Amino acid sequence: MAEYFYISLFAVVALVVIGALLALSTLLGPRNATPQKLLPYECGIVPAEEAKGRYPVRFATIAMLFIIFDVEVVFMYPWAVALGELKLFGLIEMLIFIIILGIAYVYIWGRGGLEWD
Amino acid sequence: MEPIHAPESIDLIALAPVLVLSVFAMGVLVLDLWAGKNKTLLMFVSLVGLLMTAISAFAKHPLPAFAFTDSYIVDHLSIFFTCIFTLSSALAILLSAEYNERKGMKAGEYYALILLCTVGMIVLASSTDMIMIFLGIEIVSICLYVLAGFRRDDPVSNEAALKYFLLGAFATGFLLYGMTLIYGSTGSTNLFKIAEFIKAEGAPSSPLLLMGIVLLVIGFGFKVAAVPFHMWAPDVYHGSPTPVTAFMAVGPKAAAFAAFFRVFTEAIPNMAANWEILLCIVAVLSMFVGNLGAIMQTNIKRMLAFSSISHAGYLLIAVIAKSAMAGSGLLFYMLTYAFTTFGAFGIIILLGRKGEENLEMENYSGLAYKHPVLALSMTVFLLSLGGLPPFAGFVAKFYIFSAAIEEGFVTLVIIAVLNSAISFYYYLKVVVFMYMKEPAGEFQISMTPMTLFVVIIGIIGTIELGIYPDPIIALTGLN
Repeated sequence: MAEYFYISLFAVVALVVIGALLALSTLLGPRNATPQKLLPYECGIVPAEEAKGRYPVRFATIAMLFIIFDVEVVFMYPWAVALGELKLFGLIEMLIFIIILGIAYVYIWGRGGLEWD
Repeated sequence: MEPIHAPESIDLIALAPVLVLSVFAMGVLVLDLWAGKNKTLLMFVSLVGLLMTAISAFAKHPLPAFAFTDSYIVDHLSIFFTCIFTLSSALAILLSAEYNERKGMKAGEYYALILLCTVGMIVLASSTDMIMIFLGIEIVSICLYVLAGFRRDDPVSNEAALKYFLLGAFATGFLLYGMTLIYGSTGSTNLFKIAEFIKAEGAPSSPLLLMGIVLLVIGFGFKVAAVPFHMWAPDVYHGSPTPVTAFMAVGPKAAAFAAFFRVFTEAIPNMAANWEILLCIVAVLSMFVGNLGAIMQTNIKRMLAFSSISHAGYLLIAVIAKSAMAGSGLLFYMLTYAFTTFGAFGIIILLGRKGEENLEMENYSGLAYKHPVLALSMTVFLLSLGGLPPFAGFVAKFYIFSAAIEEGFVTLVIIAVLNSAISFYYYLKVVVFMYMKEPAGEFQISMTPMTLFVVIIGIIGTIELGIYPDPIIALTGLN
Protein backbone atom coordinates (compact mmCIF):
# COMPACT_ATOMS: atom_id res chain seq x y z
CA MET A 1 0.00 0.00 0.00
CA ALA A 2 2.99 2.24 0.49
CA GLU A 3 3.16 3.25 -3.16
CA TYR A 4 -0.46 4.32 -3.10
CA PHE A 5 0.30 6.73 -0.28
CA TYR A 6 2.29 9.01 -2.55
CA ILE A 7 -0.35 8.92 -5.24
CA SER A 8 -3.05 9.89 -2.77
CA LEU A 9 -0.77 12.54 -1.31
CA PHE A 10 -0.26 13.92 -4.81
CA ALA A 11 -4.02 13.89 -5.42
CA VAL A 12 -4.73 15.67 -2.13
CA VAL A 13 -2.10 18.31 -2.76
CA ALA A 14 -3.40 18.87 -6.29
CA LEU A 15 -6.96 19.29 -5.03
CA VAL A 16 -5.90 21.63 -2.22
CA VAL A 17 -3.84 23.81 -4.54
CA ILE A 18 -6.61 24.05 -7.16
CA GLY A 19 -9.22 24.75 -4.50
CA ALA A 20 -7.04 27.36 -2.84
CA LEU A 21 -6.31 29.16 -6.13
CA LEU A 22 -9.97 29.24 -7.13
CA ALA A 23 -11.08 30.35 -3.65
CA LEU A 24 -8.42 33.07 -3.40
CA SER A 25 -9.16 34.54 -6.80
CA THR A 26 -12.89 34.56 -5.99
CA LEU A 27 -12.29 36.25 -2.62
CA LEU A 28 -9.58 38.72 -3.55
CA GLY A 29 -10.15 39.40 -7.23
CA PRO A 30 -11.81 42.73 -8.14
CA ARG A 31 -15.02 42.33 -10.09
CA ASN A 32 -15.73 45.12 -12.53
CA ALA A 33 -17.10 43.53 -15.68
CA THR A 34 -16.92 45.46 -18.94
CA PRO A 35 -18.36 44.24 -22.26
CA GLN A 36 -14.82 43.63 -23.50
CA LYS A 37 -14.03 41.42 -20.53
CA LEU A 38 -17.16 39.33 -21.04
CA LEU A 39 -16.23 38.44 -24.62
CA PRO A 40 -15.23 34.83 -25.36
CA TYR A 41 -11.49 34.47 -24.86
CA GLU A 42 -9.75 33.95 -28.15
CA CYS A 43 -6.11 34.30 -27.20
CA GLY A 44 -6.46 38.03 -26.66
CA ILE A 45 -7.78 38.85 -30.11
CA VAL A 46 -11.15 40.55 -30.48
CA PRO A 47 -13.56 37.96 -31.97
CA ALA A 48 -14.26 38.73 -35.62
CA GLU A 49 -17.69 37.07 -35.78
CA GLU A 50 -19.99 34.68 -34.00
CA ALA A 51 -18.69 31.16 -33.46
CA LYS A 52 -21.88 29.71 -34.92
CA GLY A 53 -21.12 31.03 -38.40
CA ARG A 54 -21.11 28.89 -41.54
CA TYR A 55 -17.91 27.66 -43.06
CA PRO A 56 -17.14 25.55 -46.14
CA VAL A 57 -17.72 21.83 -45.77
CA ARG A 58 -14.24 21.30 -47.23
CA PHE A 59 -12.78 22.01 -43.82
CA ALA A 60 -14.62 18.96 -42.55
CA THR A 61 -13.24 16.85 -45.40
CA ILE A 62 -9.70 17.96 -44.70
CA ALA A 63 -10.18 17.30 -40.98
CA MET A 64 -11.45 13.80 -41.74
CA LEU A 65 -8.53 13.02 -44.02
CA PHE A 66 -6.17 14.29 -41.37
CA ILE A 67 -7.74 12.09 -38.70
CA ILE A 68 -7.50 8.99 -40.92
CA PHE A 69 -3.77 9.37 -41.43
CA ASP A 70 -3.16 10.66 -37.94
CA VAL A 71 -4.77 7.66 -36.26
CA GLU A 72 -3.07 5.19 -38.56
CA VAL A 73 0.33 6.69 -37.92
CA VAL A 74 -0.24 6.05 -34.21
CA PHE A 75 0.17 2.34 -35.01
CA MET A 76 3.82 3.03 -35.76
CA TYR A 77 4.64 3.76 -32.13
CA PRO A 78 4.08 0.24 -30.76
CA TRP A 79 5.77 -1.08 -33.89
CA ALA A 80 8.85 1.05 -33.24
CA VAL A 81 9.02 -0.27 -29.68
CA ALA A 82 8.77 -3.91 -30.83
CA LEU A 83 11.02 -3.57 -33.87
CA GLY A 84 13.98 -5.06 -32.02
CA GLU A 85 12.07 -8.31 -31.66
CA LEU A 86 10.32 -8.30 -35.02
CA LYS A 87 13.52 -7.66 -36.99
CA LEU A 88 13.29 -7.69 -40.78
CA PHE A 89 9.81 -9.22 -40.73
CA GLY A 90 8.50 -6.24 -38.80
CA LEU A 91 10.11 -3.85 -41.24
CA ILE A 92 8.46 -5.56 -44.21
CA GLU A 93 5.11 -5.60 -42.40
CA MET A 94 5.35 -1.88 -41.79
CA LEU A 95 6.29 -1.27 -45.41
CA ILE A 96 3.12 -3.10 -46.48
CA PHE A 97 1.14 -1.02 -44.02
CA ILE A 98 2.60 2.17 -45.44
CA ILE A 99 1.87 1.01 -48.99
CA ILE A 100 -1.77 0.53 -47.97
CA LEU A 101 -1.77 4.04 -46.52
CA GLY A 102 -0.21 5.19 -49.78
CA ILE A 103 -3.06 3.60 -51.73
CA ALA A 104 -5.53 5.53 -49.59
CA TYR A 105 -3.54 8.67 -50.32
CA VAL A 106 -3.47 8.01 -54.07
CA TYR A 107 -7.20 7.37 -53.96
CA ILE A 108 -7.94 10.61 -52.14
CA TRP A 109 -5.68 12.51 -54.49
CA GLY A 110 -7.21 10.93 -57.57
CA ARG A 111 -10.75 11.64 -56.44
CA GLY A 112 -9.90 15.30 -55.90
CA GLY A 113 -10.17 15.19 -52.13
CA LEU A 114 -7.17 17.46 -51.72
CA GLU A 115 -8.30 20.17 -54.11
CA TRP A 116 -9.72 23.29 -52.61
CA ASP A 117 -11.68 24.65 -55.60
CA MET B 1 21.69 -11.53 -44.79
CA GLU B 2 19.68 -13.15 -42.06
CA PRO B 3 16.52 -15.00 -43.12
CA ILE B 4 13.16 -13.44 -42.49
CA HIS B 5 11.47 -15.04 -39.52
CA ALA B 6 7.80 -14.42 -38.97
CA PRO B 7 6.67 -14.79 -35.38
CA GLU B 8 5.30 -18.25 -34.71
CA SER B 9 1.64 -17.28 -34.47
CA ILE B 10 1.49 -15.34 -37.75
CA ASP B 11 0.14 -17.65 -40.42
CA LEU B 12 -0.46 -15.88 -43.70
CA ILE B 13 -1.67 -19.04 -45.45
CA ALA B 14 -4.56 -19.28 -43.02
CA LEU B 15 -5.33 -15.66 -43.75
CA ALA B 16 -5.02 -16.13 -47.53
CA PRO B 17 -8.66 -15.41 -48.50
CA VAL B 18 -8.68 -12.19 -46.50
CA LEU B 19 -5.35 -11.06 -47.97
CA VAL B 20 -6.27 -11.90 -51.57
CA LEU B 21 -9.59 -10.10 -51.32
CA SER B 22 -8.08 -7.06 -49.61
CA VAL B 23 -5.53 -6.73 -52.38
CA PHE B 24 -8.25 -6.96 -55.01
CA ALA B 25 -10.42 -4.43 -53.15
CA MET B 26 -7.58 -1.93 -53.05
CA GLY B 27 -6.78 -2.70 -56.66
CA VAL B 28 -10.36 -1.91 -57.67
CA LEU B 29 -10.21 1.31 -55.68
CA VAL B 30 -7.08 2.49 -57.48
CA LEU B 31 -8.15 1.12 -60.86
CA ASP B 32 -11.31 3.19 -60.63
CA LEU B 33 -9.20 6.35 -60.85
CA TRP B 34 -8.12 5.43 -64.38
CA ALA B 35 -11.08 3.37 -65.52
CA GLY B 36 -13.17 6.37 -66.50
CA LYS B 37 -16.89 5.95 -66.97
CA ASN B 38 -16.87 2.31 -67.98
CA LYS B 39 -17.19 0.18 -64.89
CA THR B 40 -17.23 -3.20 -66.66
CA LEU B 41 -13.51 -3.64 -66.04
CA LEU B 42 -13.96 -2.99 -62.30
CA MET B 43 -16.76 -5.50 -62.20
CA PHE B 44 -14.65 -8.08 -63.97
CA VAL B 45 -11.68 -7.55 -61.64
CA SER B 46 -13.99 -7.82 -58.62
CA LEU B 47 -15.44 -11.10 -59.84
CA VAL B 48 -11.96 -12.51 -60.51
CA GLY B 49 -10.96 -11.42 -57.01
CA LEU B 50 -13.93 -13.21 -55.48
CA LEU B 51 -13.13 -16.37 -57.43
CA MET B 52 -9.49 -16.28 -56.28
CA THR B 53 -10.67 -15.75 -52.72
CA ALA B 54 -12.93 -18.79 -52.86
CA ILE B 55 -10.03 -20.87 -54.18
CA SER B 56 -7.55 -19.57 -51.62
CA ALA B 57 -9.97 -20.51 -48.84
CA PHE B 58 -8.86 -24.10 -49.39
CA ALA B 59 -5.15 -23.31 -49.08
CA LYS B 60 -4.77 -24.36 -45.46
CA HIS B 61 -4.24 -28.01 -44.49
CA PRO B 62 -4.90 -29.86 -42.25
CA LEU B 63 -8.13 -28.64 -40.72
CA PRO B 64 -8.92 -27.17 -38.30
CA ALA B 65 -5.95 -24.82 -38.29
CA PHE B 66 -5.43 -22.03 -35.78
CA ALA B 67 -3.52 -18.84 -36.38
CA PHE B 68 -2.65 -15.60 -34.61
CA THR B 69 -2.51 -17.13 -31.12
CA ASP B 70 -5.79 -18.98 -31.50
CA SER B 71 -7.79 -15.94 -32.48
CA TYR B 72 -8.33 -17.07 -36.06
CA ILE B 73 -9.50 -20.48 -37.21
CA VAL B 74 -9.73 -22.20 -40.57
CA ASP B 75 -12.22 -25.02 -40.30
CA HIS B 76 -15.08 -26.53 -42.21
CA LEU B 77 -17.54 -23.89 -41.06
CA SER B 78 -15.33 -20.94 -42.00
CA ILE B 79 -14.42 -22.38 -45.43
CA PHE B 80 -18.02 -23.14 -46.31
CA PHE B 81 -19.10 -19.70 -45.16
CA THR B 82 -16.29 -18.10 -47.16
CA CYS B 83 -17.68 -19.82 -50.24
CA ILE B 84 -21.21 -18.59 -49.45
CA PHE B 85 -19.88 -15.04 -48.98
CA THR B 86 -17.95 -15.00 -52.23
CA LEU B 87 -20.93 -16.45 -54.06
CA SER B 88 -23.33 -13.89 -52.63
CA SER B 89 -20.96 -10.99 -53.29
CA ALA B 90 -20.44 -12.17 -56.86
CA LEU B 91 -24.19 -12.39 -57.41
CA ALA B 92 -24.64 -8.95 -55.83
CA ILE B 93 -22.05 -7.48 -58.18
CA LEU B 94 -23.72 -9.11 -61.20
CA LEU B 95 -27.08 -7.70 -60.09
CA SER B 96 -25.59 -4.26 -59.55
CA ALA B 97 -24.09 -3.75 -62.98
CA GLU B 98 -27.23 -2.86 -64.85
CA TYR B 99 -29.09 -1.46 -61.86
CA ASN B 100 -26.31 1.02 -61.20
CA GLU B 101 -26.24 1.97 -64.86
CA ARG B 102 -29.97 2.65 -64.76
CA LYS B 103 -29.79 4.63 -61.55
CA GLY B 104 -26.77 6.62 -62.63
CA MET B 105 -24.70 5.27 -59.75
CA LYS B 106 -21.37 5.59 -61.47
CA ALA B 107 -19.00 5.40 -58.54
CA GLY B 108 -16.48 2.58 -58.73
CA GLU B 109 -16.17 2.55 -54.94
CA TYR B 110 -19.33 0.48 -54.99
CA TYR B 111 -17.41 -2.62 -56.03
CA ALA B 112 -14.53 -1.94 -53.66
CA LEU B 113 -16.99 -1.57 -50.80
CA ILE B 114 -18.67 -4.88 -51.59
CA LEU B 115 -15.27 -6.58 -51.66
CA LEU B 116 -14.18 -4.99 -48.40
CA CYS B 117 -17.47 -5.95 -46.82
CA THR B 118 -16.78 -9.52 -47.90
CA VAL B 119 -13.36 -9.31 -46.24
CA GLY B 120 -15.12 -8.39 -43.01
CA MET B 121 -17.53 -11.27 -43.40
CA ILE B 122 -14.70 -13.77 -43.84
CA VAL B 123 -12.97 -12.40 -40.75
CA LEU B 124 -16.24 -12.65 -38.85
CA ALA B 125 -16.83 -16.27 -39.81
CA SER B 126 -13.25 -17.29 -38.98
CA SER B 127 -12.69 -15.56 -35.66
CA THR B 128 -12.41 -17.40 -32.40
CA ASP B 129 -11.67 -14.31 -30.39
CA MET B 130 -14.07 -11.57 -29.30
CA ILE B 131 -11.72 -8.86 -30.51
CA MET B 132 -11.56 -10.38 -33.98
CA ILE B 133 -15.35 -10.76 -34.03
CA PHE B 134 -15.71 -7.11 -33.17
CA LEU B 135 -13.24 -6.19 -35.88
CA GLY B 136 -15.14 -8.26 -38.44
CA ILE B 137 -18.49 -6.76 -37.46
CA GLU B 138 -17.09 -3.25 -37.77
CA ILE B 139 -15.61 -3.87 -41.23
CA VAL B 140 -18.91 -5.32 -42.45
CA SER B 141 -21.06 -2.62 -40.87
CA ILE B 142 -19.08 0.38 -42.04
CA CYS B 143 -19.15 -0.84 -45.64
CA LEU B 144 -22.89 -1.48 -45.38
CA TYR B 145 -23.63 1.97 -43.98
CA VAL B 146 -22.07 3.50 -47.06
CA LEU B 147 -23.64 1.02 -49.48
CA ALA B 148 -27.12 1.61 -48.00
CA GLY B 149 -26.86 5.30 -48.82
CA PHE B 150 -25.32 4.87 -52.23
CA ARG B 151 -28.23 6.49 -54.07
CA ARG B 152 -27.16 9.88 -52.87
CA ASP B 153 -29.88 11.84 -54.66
CA ASP B 154 -32.63 9.70 -53.16
CA PRO B 155 -33.86 10.80 -49.71
CA VAL B 156 -35.15 7.28 -48.92
CA SER B 157 -31.67 5.89 -49.45
CA ASN B 158 -30.15 8.60 -47.29
CA GLU B 159 -32.67 7.87 -44.58
CA ALA B 160 -31.81 4.17 -44.75
CA ALA B 161 -28.10 4.86 -44.39
CA LEU B 162 -28.53 7.26 -41.50
CA LYS B 163 -30.93 4.99 -39.61
CA TYR B 164 -28.70 2.01 -40.16
CA PHE B 165 -25.63 3.93 -39.07
CA LEU B 166 -27.10 5.38 -35.88
CA LEU B 167 -28.81 2.19 -34.75
CA GLY B 168 -25.93 0.02 -35.91
CA ALA B 169 -23.36 2.04 -33.99
CA PHE B 170 -25.59 1.84 -30.94
CA ALA B 171 -26.00 -1.94 -31.25
CA THR B 172 -22.25 -2.37 -31.71
CA GLY B 173 -21.89 -0.57 -28.40
CA PHE B 174 -24.08 -3.19 -26.75
CA LEU B 175 -22.08 -5.97 -28.32
CA LEU B 176 -18.79 -4.48 -27.19
CA TYR B 177 -20.11 -3.94 -23.68
CA GLY B 178 -21.23 -7.57 -23.56
CA MET B 179 -17.78 -8.71 -24.68
CA THR B 180 -16.19 -6.52 -22.02
CA LEU B 181 -18.33 -8.00 -19.26
CA ILE B 182 -17.58 -11.54 -20.43
CA TYR B 183 -13.89 -10.73 -20.54
CA GLY B 184 -14.15 -9.24 -17.07
CA SER B 185 -15.79 -12.30 -15.60
CA THR B 186 -13.84 -15.02 -17.41
CA GLY B 187 -10.47 -13.39 -17.91
CA SER B 188 -10.15 -14.01 -21.63
CA THR B 189 -11.46 -12.85 -24.98
CA ASN B 190 -10.64 -16.17 -26.58
CA LEU B 191 -13.72 -18.32 -27.15
CA PHE B 192 -12.03 -21.58 -26.13
CA LYS B 193 -10.49 -20.11 -22.99
CA ILE B 194 -13.86 -18.67 -22.02
CA ALA B 195 -15.39 -22.11 -22.46
CA GLU B 196 -12.62 -23.69 -20.37
CA PHE B 197 -13.11 -21.17 -17.59
CA ILE B 198 -16.87 -21.69 -17.51
CA LYS B 199 -16.44 -25.45 -17.48
CA ALA B 200 -13.90 -25.31 -14.67
CA GLU B 201 -16.11 -23.03 -12.61
CA GLY B 202 -19.17 -25.21 -13.26
CA ALA B 203 -21.33 -22.64 -15.09
CA PRO B 204 -20.98 -19.77 -12.62
CA SER B 205 -24.07 -17.62 -12.18
CA SER B 206 -22.12 -14.42 -11.78
CA PRO B 207 -24.36 -11.50 -12.71
CA LEU B 208 -21.57 -9.92 -14.77
CA LEU B 209 -21.29 -12.98 -17.01
CA LEU B 210 -25.06 -13.28 -17.39
CA MET B 211 -25.35 -9.59 -18.20
CA GLY B 212 -22.57 -10.00 -20.75
CA ILE B 213 -24.45 -12.82 -22.45
CA VAL B 214 -27.66 -10.78 -22.56
CA LEU B 215 -25.79 -7.88 -24.15
CA LEU B 216 -24.23 -10.26 -26.70
CA VAL B 217 -27.72 -11.47 -27.61
CA ILE B 218 -28.78 -7.85 -28.14
CA GLY B 219 -25.75 -7.04 -30.27
CA PHE B 220 -25.94 -10.13 -32.45
CA GLY B 221 -29.75 -9.92 -32.51
CA PHE B 222 -29.46 -6.50 -34.09
CA LYS B 223 -26.95 -7.64 -36.69
CA VAL B 224 -29.15 -10.57 -37.81
CA ALA B 225 -32.35 -8.46 -37.54
CA ALA B 226 -34.11 -10.57 -34.93
CA VAL B 227 -37.12 -9.24 -33.03
CA PRO B 228 -37.13 -7.10 -30.86
CA PHE B 229 -33.97 -5.61 -32.42
CA HIS B 230 -35.37 -5.58 -35.95
CA MET B 231 -36.85 -2.10 -36.25
CA TRP B 232 -34.16 -0.92 -38.64
CA ALA B 233 -34.59 -3.74 -41.12
CA PRO B 234 -37.75 -2.76 -43.06
CA ASP B 235 -36.65 0.85 -43.57
CA VAL B 236 -33.07 -0.01 -44.44
CA TYR B 237 -34.03 -2.83 -46.79
CA HIS B 238 -36.60 -0.60 -48.45
CA GLY B 239 -34.34 2.41 -48.85
CA SER B 240 -31.12 0.75 -49.96
CA PRO B 241 -30.40 0.17 -53.64
CA THR B 242 -32.08 -3.16 -54.54
CA PRO B 243 -28.86 -5.16 -55.18
CA VAL B 244 -27.51 -3.92 -51.84
CA THR B 245 -30.71 -5.05 -50.15
CA ALA B 246 -30.26 -8.53 -51.60
CA PHE B 247 -26.61 -8.50 -50.55
CA MET B 248 -27.49 -7.33 -47.03
CA ALA B 249 -30.13 -10.01 -46.62
CA VAL B 250 -27.68 -12.78 -47.47
CA GLY B 251 -23.97 -12.11 -46.92
CA PRO B 252 -23.71 -9.98 -43.78
CA LYS B 253 -26.59 -11.87 -42.23
CA ALA B 254 -24.84 -15.19 -42.84
CA ALA B 255 -21.63 -13.74 -41.40
CA ALA B 256 -23.39 -12.51 -38.28
CA PHE B 257 -24.98 -15.93 -37.87
CA ALA B 258 -21.61 -17.61 -38.28
CA ALA B 259 -20.18 -15.56 -35.42
CA PHE B 260 -23.39 -15.92 -33.42
CA PHE B 261 -23.23 -19.71 -33.78
CA ARG B 262 -19.54 -19.88 -32.99
CA VAL B 263 -19.74 -17.74 -29.87
CA PHE B 264 -22.75 -19.52 -28.42
CA THR B 265 -21.63 -23.06 -29.23
CA GLU B 266 -17.87 -22.69 -28.64
CA ALA B 267 -17.60 -20.19 -25.81
CA ILE B 268 -20.70 -20.43 -23.68
CA PRO B 269 -22.40 -23.77 -24.41
CA ASN B 270 -22.18 -24.61 -20.71
CA MET B 271 -24.27 -21.57 -19.93
CA ALA B 272 -27.02 -22.85 -22.21
CA ALA B 273 -29.45 -23.21 -19.33
CA ASN B 274 -29.31 -19.44 -19.05
CA TRP B 275 -29.37 -18.29 -22.67
CA GLU B 276 -31.52 -21.00 -24.23
CA ILE B 277 -34.82 -19.57 -23.03
CA LEU B 278 -33.69 -16.07 -24.03
CA LEU B 279 -32.91 -17.14 -27.59
CA CYS B 280 -36.14 -19.17 -27.76
CA ILE B 281 -38.13 -16.03 -26.98
CA VAL B 282 -36.20 -14.02 -29.57
CA ALA B 283 -36.65 -16.76 -32.17
CA VAL B 284 -40.40 -17.12 -31.60
CA LEU B 285 -40.90 -13.35 -31.60
CA SER B 286 -38.86 -13.03 -34.82
CA MET B 287 -40.97 -15.65 -36.56
CA PHE B 288 -44.29 -14.16 -35.50
CA VAL B 289 -43.45 -10.48 -35.96
CA GLY B 290 -41.66 -11.19 -39.24
CA ASN B 291 -44.47 -13.22 -40.74
CA LEU B 292 -47.39 -11.17 -39.42
CA GLY B 293 -45.59 -7.98 -40.37
CA ALA B 294 -44.99 -9.23 -43.90
CA ILE B 295 -48.72 -9.90 -44.36
CA MET B 296 -49.41 -6.18 -43.90
CA GLN B 297 -46.96 -5.02 -46.57
CA THR B 298 -47.84 -3.90 -50.07
CA ASN B 299 -44.26 -3.00 -51.04
CA ILE B 300 -42.42 -6.08 -52.14
CA LYS B 301 -39.04 -4.99 -50.77
CA ARG B 302 -40.56 -4.34 -47.36
CA MET B 303 -42.33 -7.68 -47.54
CA LEU B 304 -39.03 -9.43 -48.19
CA ALA B 305 -37.48 -7.46 -45.32
CA PHE B 306 -40.08 -8.83 -42.91
CA SER B 307 -39.67 -12.26 -44.46
CA SER B 308 -35.94 -11.97 -43.78
CA ILE B 309 -36.73 -11.20 -40.12
CA SER B 310 -38.76 -14.39 -39.90
CA HIS B 311 -35.92 -16.33 -41.54
CA ALA B 312 -33.64 -15.00 -38.82
CA GLY B 313 -36.07 -16.64 -36.42
CA TYR B 314 -35.75 -20.02 -38.16
CA LEU B 315 -31.98 -19.70 -38.24
CA LEU B 316 -31.88 -18.91 -34.53
CA ILE B 317 -33.30 -22.38 -33.97
CA ALA B 318 -29.99 -23.72 -35.31
CA VAL B 319 -28.08 -21.64 -32.75
CA ILE B 320 -30.37 -22.88 -29.98
CA ALA B 321 -29.97 -26.53 -31.02
CA LYS B 322 -26.15 -25.96 -31.09
CA SER B 323 -25.34 -29.49 -32.30
CA ALA B 324 -23.00 -30.27 -35.19
CA MET B 325 -26.04 -31.10 -37.27
CA ALA B 326 -27.54 -27.70 -36.48
CA GLY B 327 -24.33 -26.12 -37.73
CA SER B 328 -24.60 -28.07 -40.98
CA GLY B 329 -28.23 -27.00 -41.20
CA LEU B 330 -27.17 -23.37 -40.80
CA LEU B 331 -24.69 -23.72 -43.66
CA PHE B 332 -27.20 -25.39 -45.95
CA TYR B 333 -29.93 -22.89 -45.07
CA MET B 334 -27.70 -19.90 -45.82
CA LEU B 335 -26.69 -21.38 -49.17
CA THR B 336 -30.27 -21.98 -50.28
CA TYR B 337 -31.28 -18.61 -48.90
CA ALA B 338 -28.56 -17.00 -51.04
CA PHE B 339 -29.82 -18.60 -54.26
CA THR B 340 -33.47 -17.87 -53.54
CA THR B 341 -33.05 -14.31 -52.33
CA PHE B 342 -30.78 -13.24 -55.15
CA GLY B 343 -33.13 -14.82 -57.66
CA ALA B 344 -36.15 -13.00 -56.23
CA PHE B 345 -34.34 -9.67 -56.10
CA GLY B 346 -33.09 -10.22 -59.62
CA ILE B 347 -36.69 -10.35 -60.83
CA ILE B 348 -37.56 -7.27 -58.78
CA ILE B 349 -34.71 -5.44 -60.53
CA LEU B 350 -35.83 -6.68 -63.95
CA LEU B 351 -39.30 -5.27 -63.34
CA GLY B 352 -37.98 -1.85 -62.39
CA ARG B 353 -37.24 0.89 -64.85
CA LYS B 354 -35.51 4.25 -64.82
CA GLY B 355 -37.55 6.50 -62.57
CA GLU B 356 -40.08 3.75 -61.87
CA GLU B 357 -39.10 1.10 -59.40
CA ASN B 358 -42.37 -0.89 -59.63
CA LEU B 359 -42.00 -2.15 -56.10
CA GLU B 360 -45.70 -2.33 -55.24
CA MET B 361 -47.51 -5.64 -55.46
CA GLU B 362 -50.03 -4.17 -57.91
CA ASN B 363 -47.18 -3.72 -60.34
CA TYR B 364 -46.98 -7.50 -60.53
CA SER B 365 -50.61 -7.87 -61.62
CA GLY B 366 -50.92 -10.15 -64.59
CA LEU B 367 -47.19 -10.70 -65.01
CA ALA B 368 -47.91 -14.34 -65.83
CA TYR B 369 -49.83 -13.40 -69.00
CA LYS B 370 -47.06 -11.27 -70.46
CA HIS B 371 -43.95 -12.95 -69.11
CA PRO B 372 -44.88 -16.47 -68.02
CA VAL B 373 -41.28 -17.58 -67.44
CA LEU B 374 -40.48 -14.64 -65.16
CA ALA B 375 -43.67 -15.15 -63.20
CA LEU B 376 -42.95 -18.85 -62.86
CA SER B 377 -39.42 -18.12 -61.64
CA MET B 378 -40.72 -15.64 -59.07
CA THR B 379 -43.24 -18.26 -57.92
CA VAL B 380 -40.45 -20.80 -57.48
CA PHE B 381 -38.39 -18.36 -55.40
CA LEU B 382 -41.32 -17.38 -53.22
CA LEU B 383 -42.43 -20.96 -52.64
CA SER B 384 -38.86 -21.92 -51.80
CA LEU B 385 -38.67 -19.05 -49.29
CA GLY B 386 -41.87 -20.36 -47.76
CA GLY B 387 -40.43 -23.86 -47.61
CA LEU B 388 -42.53 -25.88 -50.04
CA PRO B 389 -41.13 -29.12 -51.46
CA PRO B 390 -39.52 -29.84 -53.90
CA PHE B 391 -37.62 -26.56 -53.61
CA ALA B 392 -34.43 -25.87 -51.68
CA GLY B 393 -36.14 -23.95 -48.89
CA PHE B 394 -37.97 -27.07 -47.81
CA VAL B 395 -34.81 -29.17 -47.46
CA ALA B 396 -33.09 -26.36 -45.56
CA LYS B 397 -35.94 -25.96 -43.10
CA PHE B 398 -36.24 -29.73 -42.74
CA TYR B 399 -32.53 -29.94 -41.94
CA ILE B 400 -32.64 -27.30 -39.19
CA PHE B 401 -35.92 -28.47 -37.74
CA SER B 402 -34.81 -32.09 -37.49
CA ALA B 403 -31.59 -30.98 -35.80
CA ALA B 404 -33.69 -29.09 -33.27
CA ILE B 405 -36.01 -32.05 -32.69
CA GLU B 406 -33.03 -34.29 -32.10
CA GLU B 407 -31.98 -31.93 -29.34
CA GLY B 408 -35.49 -31.98 -27.90
CA PHE B 409 -36.90 -28.61 -28.94
CA VAL B 410 -40.23 -29.95 -30.15
CA THR B 411 -42.42 -27.00 -29.16
CA LEU B 412 -40.08 -24.57 -30.87
CA VAL B 413 -40.21 -26.58 -34.09
CA ILE B 414 -44.02 -26.77 -33.95
CA ILE B 415 -44.16 -22.98 -33.68
CA ALA B 416 -41.70 -22.69 -36.58
CA VAL B 417 -43.76 -24.99 -38.79
CA LEU B 418 -46.93 -23.06 -37.97
CA ASN B 419 -45.08 -19.90 -38.94
CA SER B 420 -44.00 -21.39 -42.24
CA ALA B 421 -47.68 -21.99 -42.92
CA ILE B 422 -48.48 -18.35 -42.10
CA SER B 423 -45.71 -17.20 -44.41
CA PHE B 424 -47.39 -18.83 -47.39
CA TYR B 425 -50.18 -16.30 -47.10
CA TYR B 426 -48.01 -13.40 -48.18
CA TYR B 427 -45.75 -15.33 -50.51
CA LEU B 428 -48.81 -16.61 -52.34
CA LYS B 429 -50.31 -13.12 -52.34
CA VAL B 430 -47.66 -12.11 -54.88
CA VAL B 431 -48.39 -15.26 -56.87
CA VAL B 432 -52.10 -14.39 -56.85
CA PHE B 433 -51.29 -10.92 -58.19
CA MET B 434 -49.13 -12.41 -60.93
CA TYR B 435 -51.52 -15.14 -62.04
CA MET B 436 -55.04 -14.07 -61.16
CA LYS B 437 -55.22 -10.33 -61.73
CA GLU B 438 -55.58 -8.47 -64.97
CA PRO B 439 -52.47 -6.57 -66.06
CA ALA B 440 -52.79 -2.93 -65.01
CA GLY B 441 -50.56 -1.65 -67.80
CA GLU B 442 -47.76 -2.61 -70.12
CA PHE B 443 -44.65 -4.22 -68.68
CA GLN B 444 -41.55 -2.66 -70.10
CA ILE B 445 -38.99 -5.22 -69.12
CA SER B 446 -35.57 -5.03 -70.64
CA MET B 447 -34.03 -8.46 -70.29
CA THR B 448 -30.60 -7.31 -69.22
CA PRO B 449 -28.21 -10.24 -69.54
CA MET B 450 -26.35 -10.12 -66.24
CA THR B 451 -29.46 -9.74 -64.10
CA LEU B 452 -31.04 -12.55 -66.08
CA PHE B 453 -27.94 -14.65 -65.44
CA VAL B 454 -28.38 -14.18 -61.67
CA VAL B 455 -32.04 -15.23 -61.93
CA ILE B 456 -31.03 -18.35 -63.86
CA ILE B 457 -28.37 -19.23 -61.28
CA GLY B 458 -30.96 -18.70 -58.58
CA ILE B 459 -33.42 -21.01 -60.31
CA ILE B 460 -30.81 -23.71 -60.85
CA GLY B 461 -29.65 -23.51 -57.23
CA THR B 462 -33.16 -23.46 -55.81
CA ILE B 463 -34.32 -26.48 -57.78
CA GLU B 464 -31.09 -28.46 -57.66
CA LEU B 465 -30.74 -28.12 -53.88
CA GLY B 466 -34.39 -29.05 -53.53
CA ILE B 467 -34.42 -32.15 -55.68
CA TYR B 468 -30.94 -33.56 -55.24
CA PRO B 469 -29.37 -31.96 -52.14
CA ASP B 470 -27.26 -34.98 -51.15
CA PRO B 471 -23.85 -33.84 -52.46
CA ILE B 472 -24.17 -30.42 -50.84
CA ILE B 473 -25.49 -31.93 -47.62
CA ALA B 474 -22.45 -34.20 -47.61
CA LEU B 475 -20.28 -31.10 -47.98
CA THR B 476 -21.99 -29.31 -45.09
CA GLY B 477 -21.37 -32.27 -42.76
CA LEU B 478 -19.50 -30.96 -39.74
CA ASN B 479 -17.86 -34.12 -38.53
